[in-house]
Amino acid sequence: MIPAAFEYVRAASADEALAAISEHGEDAKFLAGGMSLLPLMKLRLATPTVLVDVARIRDLSYITDAGDHIAIGALTRHRDLETSTLLAKECGIVASVAAQVGDNQVRHRGTLGGSVAHSDPASDLPAAMVALDAIIVARSAAGERTIAAADFFTGFFETALNADELLTEIRVPKAGASGFNYQKFNRRAQDWAIVGAVAATVAGTKRVALVNMGNTPVRATAVEAALASGASIADASMSAAMGCEPPTDLNASVEYREHLARVLVRRALDASA
Amino acid sequence: MKISISVNGVAQEHDVEPRTLLVQYLRESCALTGTKVGCDTSSCGACTVLFEGESVKSCTMLAAQADGGSITTIEGLAASDGTLHPVQQAFHDHHGLQCGYCTAGMVMAAVGFLDENPAPTERDVREGLEGNLCRCTGYHNIVQAVLAAAEGAKQ
Repeated sequence: MIPAAFEYVRAASADEALAAISEHGEDAKFLAGGMSLLPLMKLRLATPTVLVDVARIRDLSYITDAGDHIAIGALTRHRDLETSTLLAKECGIVASVAAQVGDNQVRHRGTLGGSVAHSDPASDLPAAMVALDAIIVARSAAGERTIAAADFFTGFFETALNADELLTEIRVPKAGASGFNYQKFNRRAQDWAIVGAVAATVAGTKRVALVNMGNTPVRATAVEAALASGASIADASMSAAMGCEPPTDLNASVEYREHLARVLVRRALDASA
Repeated sequence: MKISISVNGVAQEHDVEPRTLLVQYLRESCALTGTKVGCDTSSCGACTVLFEGESVKSCTMLAAQADGGSITTIEGLAASDGTLHPVQQAFHDHHGLQCGYCTAGMVMAAVGFLDENPAPTERDVREGLEGNLCRCTGYHNIVQAVLAAAEGAKQ
């Protein structure tokens, strides 16, 4: 399968990328690792006429201690998240979830910014960003703005990013080296999660987010509230699917996904206690 | 567009369409057909090659993305006198293949994996190769071969 023809532009800087995207308009798309976009293009589900390759913008690949948070460049690869000693120490959940994305080959190419901007509700890292209340930084020719993860994922493959904006950085809290767990349920190695549950502890409070339980990654707010009011993990987990509208597909029905959410949240909370 | 890629240490220069996939480039422009197209959807890993020393699926990468970089394919593993790479030799010794279609990708994924994890457990090997499918289900001997290659490298 070969993608439809397109023009290829390689950007050496964020400014170059933004100039290219504003020059070519709506039919242009940014290409980072390409782990999601290229398969869509090969299936001709996506047919951008211009690809602006941002993967070589070196100064958008970093993991740095920014004082009260960890700043991660949008083009930081999953492999770099997985092996980062700074992340392992300061926000281990991100490294741990990144290590469960796809397979080695995918993690060598895929980027955090690409995964987040793609906004697939079955993706692992977006749910971690929602659990952590990460801050997403978007840059356009007009300047920079920050978007809370809760406001960023607006729908199935839809985000709050405007067409002329480039996701440049993601800021995660210093949630520490422990107190987290990610339960990813799939039937085949390297598959997408049929359902996933992220448990994290931020400033002493438990956060829970779900993968593939709706059009976007969602916080299990009922579970969090139950835990905060002193419920046991077993009892709190029973609320995991509350308010969720999970999809039905070849892998699982709504009822099965709701069951998985309850089981996986309990496992994630048990493992992160 | 013009691209320059070092493939198995040989400088290659070609004029390609931007939509040319890396696997297509290797097989058709460079005439290196050791790299196989399996599923063509980045699920099976048969097309795995090393880009800058790291395993990638060449069906899900544009040749343009590799421009200026270095690629190693299965043809680039053995020494010039024909001596097999230790991972190739281990696959041979342990019969780490049945029909052979996944083998090139499996070997390249294993070479990349062992570079990152030179002393793996059996579980590490199975997880490290999760991006590669063997439709003959010959995983047992493949895993034994990779463990043997790791063991051999220690000695």
